Amino acid sequence: MAPVFHTLQEFMLHTKNIVYLLMAAGLIGLPLFWWFLTERDEDQRTY
Amino acid sequence: MSQQTSAHGKRLLSPFNVVTGCILLVGLVLTAMRFLGGLGTVTNLDDNNPWGVWIGFDLLCGVALAAGGYVTSAACYIFGLKRYHSAVRPAILTAFLGYALVVFALHYDVGRPWRLPYPIFVSQGTTSLLFEVGLCVFLYLTVLFIEYTPAALEWLGWRRARNIVVRMTLVLTIFGVVLSTLHQSSLGALFLIAPSKLHPLWYSGYLPVYFFVSSLFAGMSMVIFEGTLAHRYLHDKMDRTHLEESEGVVLGFGKAAAFVLAGYFFIKIIGIAVDDSWHHLVTGWGAWFLVELIGFVALPAFAYALGVRERNQRLIRVTAIWTVIGVMLNRLNISLVAFNYHLPSSQRYVPSWMEIATSIFIVTLGIVIYRFITTRMPILYEHPEYRTEH
Repeated sequence: MAPVFHTLQEFMLHTKNIVYLLMAAGLIGLPLFWWFLTERDEDQRTY
Repeated sequence: MSQQTSAHGKRLLSPFNVVTGCILLVGLVLTAMRFLGGLGTVTNLDDNNPWGVWIGFDLLCGVALAAGGYVTSAACYIFGLKRYHSAVRPAILTAFLGYALVVFALHYDVGRPWRLPYPIFVSQGTTSLLFEVGLCVFLYLTVLFIEYTPAALEWLGWRRARNIVVRMTLVLTIFGVVLSTLHQSSLGALFLIAPSKLHPLWYSGYLPVYFFVSSLFAGMSMVIFEGTLAHRYLHDKMDRTHLEESEGVVLGFGKAAAFVLAGYFFIKIIGIAVDDSWHHLVTGWGAWFLVELIGFVALPAFAYALGVRERNQRLIRVTAIWTVIGVMLNRLNISLVAFNYHLPSSQRYVPSWMEIATSIFIVTLGIVIYRFITTRMPILYEHPEYRTEH
């Protein structure tokens, strides 16, 4: 069931909370995907 | 003599030529009908749906899929990835033809071709996004033409003019990237004016960002796709360098496309969260949105990644076609399918066969010109006189 919002403050608080959680998931997920993508690269890092 | 005539006649009557000839003939008839009889003669456009398949496919898909030009030249000349050099000329040519045909197709919608320069030179609507798009496309088409000219000048043997243009490569590349960033995003921004018409799952304040980011993987996928076609049908025109570098281009662009697709998937989810559109996902429109997001973004990202890990060229090439279809689906969803979603089905827009045939005519025209140029000019091979210059 969709939450009911009475004020813009409530709406922003709700959506921002979820975005922050998604950002945390992205900060973990995207590097993991990068690792999956490049794990077998043969190039030797020079830095 | 009779054998020569017979061989020549056989070449002329190849399946490709016959089909192409028929499409061009129908297209010419439809062109005459549209410009002599007006939009109503060939289209199902009306006041509710003033933009149809010519905008949704020819323009939005055309511009997105022509992004390979700026993506490849930026990779090669700005990021210094010279191993992709052999992909630059085909990508620039495709982008140039793509944009030229976008402008050509726009005439069918706008009409009165002689008024085309007016928005730029006579009556500038500087507060309009369309003006910005028009100005960018006008400037970028010019840039692409100049970037393409070295191949034509080498073919003509005009060494001095060719050398002057080649010296401008870096400036032109930077200009091209700036202009592409501007108008790729502005095409998405055009829909910001219609929040009540576009379905909430597709409408977002981030539409300009979505259009720009999706143009990146659209461009990369197109470079892989057209490379595949060139390998198959123009193999004899490719020199050793192109053939040797092609595997690296496929793997490199596949890897970049995988990561950009993953990032795009992530920001699309963020967009749903920001607008709190989750509840729309459990509707019929939501199912269609998920088909696009999971079937044509998340899965291709994974397939690209798998292809790169396994160094599976075939999987990457198939995924490139898959991604190109996905970008086209996204543009058509935004401009046609999810646009005016609240209207009863009797008032919804369905393109007439003549609109679709005109779009096929324009794409065919592009293929014919591409074939004409690549079989004559040094696009898929390096001109012998300039081989040592890179």
